[in-house]
Amino acid sequence: MSSLDRSDVARLAALARIDMSDADLDRLSGQLAVIVDAVAKVAEVAGEDVPATSHPIPMSNVHRPDEVRPSLDRDAALAAAPEAEEGRFRVPQILGEEA
Amino acid sequence: MTTMTYEQAMEEFDPVFGIEVHVELNTRTKMFCGCANEFGAEPNTQVCPVCLGLPGAMPVTNEKAVESAIRLGLALGCSIRESSRFARKNYFYPDLAKDYQISQYDEPTCYEGSLDVALDDGTVVEVGIERAHIEEDAGKNTHVGGSGGIQGADYSLVDYNRGGVPLVEIVTKPITGMGPRTAEVARVYVATVRDIVRGLGISDGRMEQGSIRADVNLSLRPKAQGGESQDDVPFGKRSETKNVNSLRAVERAVHFEAARQARLLLGGEHVVQETRHWHEDTGTTTPGRSKEEAEDYRYFPEPDLLPVEPSRAWVEELRGTIPEHPAKMRARLQEEWGFADLEMRDVVAADALTLIASTVEAGTTAQAARKWWMSELSRVANDRGVALAELPVTPADVAELQGLIDAGKINDKLARQALEGVLAGEGSPAQVVETRGLAVVSDDSALESAVDEALAAQPDVLAKIQSGKVQAAGAIVGAVMKATRGQADAGRVREIILQRAGVEG
Amino acid sequence: MTDWTRASAAQMADALAAGEVTSVELVQAHLDRIAAVDADVHAFLHIDAEGALETARAVDADRAAGVELPRLAGVPIGIKDVLVTQGLPTTAGSRILEGWIPPYDATVTRKVREARMPILGKTNMDEFAMGSSTEHSGYGPTSNPWDLERIPGGSGGGSAAALAAFEAPLTIGSDTGGSIRQPASVTGTVGVKPTYGGVSRFGAIALASSLDQLGPCGRTVMDTALLHEVMGGHDPMDATSLDEPVPGCVDAALEGARMDLSGVRIGVVKELSGAEGGFQDGVKQRFEESLDRLRGMGAEIVEVSCPSFEYALAAYYVILPSEASSNLAKFDSVRFGLRVEKATVEKTMLATRAAGFGDEVKRRIILGTYALSAGYYDAYYGSAQKVRTLVQRDFAAAFEQCDVLVSPTTPTTPFKIGERIDDPLAMYLNDIATIPANLAGIPGMSLPSGVAPEDGLPAGFQILAPAHEDARLYRVGAALERSLTEDWGGPLSAQAPELEVAK
Repeated sequence: MSSLDRSDVARLAALARIDMSDADLDRLSGQLAVIVDAVAKVAEVAGEDVPATSHPIPMSNVHRPDEVRPSLDRDAALAAAPEAEEGRFRVPQILGEEA
Repeated sequence: MTTMTYEQAMEEFDPVFGIEVHVELNTRTKMFCGCANEFGAEPNTQVCPVCLGLPGAMPVTNEKAVESAIRLGLALGCSIRESSRFARKNYFYPDLAKDYQISQYDEPTCYEGSLDVALDDGTVVEVGIERAHIEEDAGKNTHVGGSGGIQGADYSLVDYNRGGVPLVEIVTKPITGMGPRTAEVARVYVATVRDIVRGLGISDGRMEQGSIRADVNLSLRPKAQGGESQDDVPFGKRSETKNVNSLRAVERAVHFEAARQARLLLGGEHVVQETRHWHEDTGTTTPGRSKEEAEDYRYFPEPDLLPVEPSRAWVEELRGTIPEHPAKMRARLQEEWGFADLEMRDVVAADALTLIASTVEAGTTAQAARKWWMSELSRVANDRGVALAELPVTPADVAELQGLIDAGKINDKLARQALEGVLAGEGSPAQVVETRGLAVVSDDSALESAVDEALAAQPDVLAKIQSGKVQAAGAIVGAVMKATRGQADAGRVREIILQRAGVEG
Repeated sequence: MTDWTRASAAQMADALAAGEVTSVELVQAHLDRIAAVDADVHAFLHIDAEGALETARAVDADRAAGVELPRLAGVPIGIKDVLVTQGLPTTAGSRILEGWIPPYDATVTRKVREARMPILGKTNMDEFAMGSSTEHSGYGPTSNPWDLERIPGGSGGGSAAALAAFEAPLTIGSDTGGSIRQPASVTGTVGVKPTYGGVSRFGAIALASSLDQLGPCGRTVMDTALLHEVMGGHDPMDATSLDEPVPGCVDAALEGARMDLSGVRIGVVKELSGAEGGFQDGVKQRFEESLDRLRGMGAEIVEVSCPSFEYALAAYYVILPSEASSNLAKFDSVRFGLRVEKATVEKTMLATRAAGFGDEVKRRIILGTYALSAGYYDAYYGSAQKVRTLVQRDFAAAFEQCDVLVSPTTPTTPFKIGERIDDPLAMYLNDIATIPANLAGIPGMSLPSGVAPEDGLPAGFQILAPAHEDARLYRVGAALERSLTEDWGGPLSAQAPELEVAK
């Protein structure tokens, strides 16, 4: 796998919705490339036959009963909203798929 | 070439299609939290830290949703995975509270199934099911300003009440070999899924309300040439059409897309692999947002949730709760009821199958049930612009109504009046008959006096009857019916008239 | 007039029960101490004097009325700002949450309230718990009370410094790769990371969901045990929480204080012992001396090898950023937190996250986004999860030969503020001994092993136990602590230089 370059970082930052100036990209790209190279060795060690661990303590079937629990008061739910209107969270124009 | 019809497209090309159906489950609570799963509440009154995506909140799986998903998978002939993990599908959108959706990726709970669907004329085709997996729904964006759609809106408002509602997404395998019946198969498949989820009791299954949503994928490939097998011809580029909100729209969308793609291909152009949006008013599709590259969802197993590992014993127990398959049920009922193919087809097309079956179960003949649902009630439904099932009358009501006729308490005409009353919310048929006084009058003395009055008004009728023109009695019957507002027992009235005339009826 | 801020939590609890002091007096003493030193230490991001005194008053009233109270009722506590506290600002050390007042309590917060412990305030941390020095806090660094120009460790530097500065007798921390244990080591205090799932994560702002654990911090092993028992237990709101009784930490600590470790097998992990270099001499020296003490108490010392640990750091720095990149997506300007408004919601998200996140957070989000990307998953995240399996297997094999494993907690004593900030990889090396426990989900403790002779700064001794066996940490830890403190004449924290008190 190739090391991370500046254009990769720019693309990833967009995917992660973090705006990056040229200065940011300059500063971070070098550091990231070094880190990526250092961590790449994870691919060396485990063979096909080694299963992945996604949960450190094995458990399964942890469910809850289908019973209603109190919701938040609407005021509490909206209290921290940067902008709210008519009981809903207000956001600027969305560019995207048709509704 | 400027015009192209669906039929022409089907002559020129071989269609391949697939459907993704999202089913909203009717559990009491959301998929990963205890907020109520109910329609129509005031915005943001059914939210909590979990479904609002607040920092620190964590999901916990709704056991009923898992059960419903497994039952749905079983009804679709699927295998049930022994261990399946949820996965995060990561993308940013205002209606997605956590900016990731908890779904299933490479470990869907249900996989590899198949569904027999019965087309309008009774032909049965098999639709392969790739998978049915569990996921949560997003909230709702409302766009303000402009025309109310997303284009040209000034801003948007987000309501998370529906965020976190449990969904099962059913994905078919690519369906080939249906040719010109493709549109019909698509429609009937969605209808069958809808019937199944209703039959299982796991969802309302109402496309108009959005508790069943269908996305239609379609592509065209050239017809096989020479000795070539059609299977060897590679698939064309496919479009995915969203916002298809009714069964009829499913069919129309396939018609439109097939024609559109055929026109492009025959014109030497390419079909773009894209998502398109169905417009009910114009009967067309338009492209969705063009993306420079496909979204990378960066799926990974959800670390906050543990694997779903249904025991084989539980799966078998659930298998026992699966009701009869719709196509099989249709065939069995047709046999039991003795309906002709055409009659059955009309019943299915009118979406009256389960209504009639329930009416029969409530205690009446299939013919009587069909008569009520397919004529009188269909007329009312059409006038009101609603589906039969949405009328405020139940199969039990209809059975009761017919029962009253069979018992001689009312006649057909009075029954129609009683039905009006039921539809108006006045109560059950028996109650309406009572309150409106619609019972057939069979009290002899009342009838006799009515007959005598009518005879007095038309004195020559008796003589006509006595001279052999028995049908002249009809005029008196009519007069008595009119005088009693249709509530006289016509047969008895006729007997009394003939008695008065001194002849046999 | 007793200076109650120097007492242990156990001593305070006993004194409260005996009527020798009131909770209001205790709380006031700590608030005064905070006012006196926190301008220099900067352990706290928010202080809730009102709330703490109100709780104290209610406890005192109930005690006077003869109401039965929990053991730690009235003993004040500080809470790492990663934990959601209803009505109190919660920032996770980030500007993107500046001023956010949560509408709900974390489960552990609720337990602290049910234990009737006055909450002094929220302590400083590396932003979103990403760091080993608290220098990445969006609100400025915390200083180590042993030397104000040095780091207190991270990410939970505030919680550890508050203890070392006698601003609180108990604090709550979180540990994803060592964020409780490493600060404990460099501040001369005690910190425990429980078995994964032993303490509920509901309401703990998530960094890496499969690695995070909240844990107790104190100046003594017994204090930490007391707090562990308040915090632990099954929580239906956290699907990953263990459905089993809270470990008997207090009993184990009492047992350990008898200083009899005959029959206990203690494993030294070759890969974590600094034999390969990179560990400061004084740290190794104190570690070896502690081993001798344990031997002297009857324990058998065994050397074990865990070869997969060579890859643990790399695996950790793939898994953590990956999960964090997803966990931090919710900070999108829509429902809470900072909003830098632009013409479209996409641009608003871009600008908000650029302004609200610091560099370390941005680095890790980008790294995680990369590791999870299509085409890279198998090589990075997928592989790292396999390394995790190997780490678990190595631990399992080691624990067949021993009851606990030990190592120095961190390779060095606290370094100077600013010394490693520009070299992320150098910073990551702080966690080399603590990370394997998080990968495997096993519990770990750090307690002071003494000060390094060359610089007079604290070094830490780490104990690791198999999953579910948290009690073993307390037994062995209490034994070692007793042996050391008998020579020191008291806890190591008493040796910290006196802080200048603000006028």
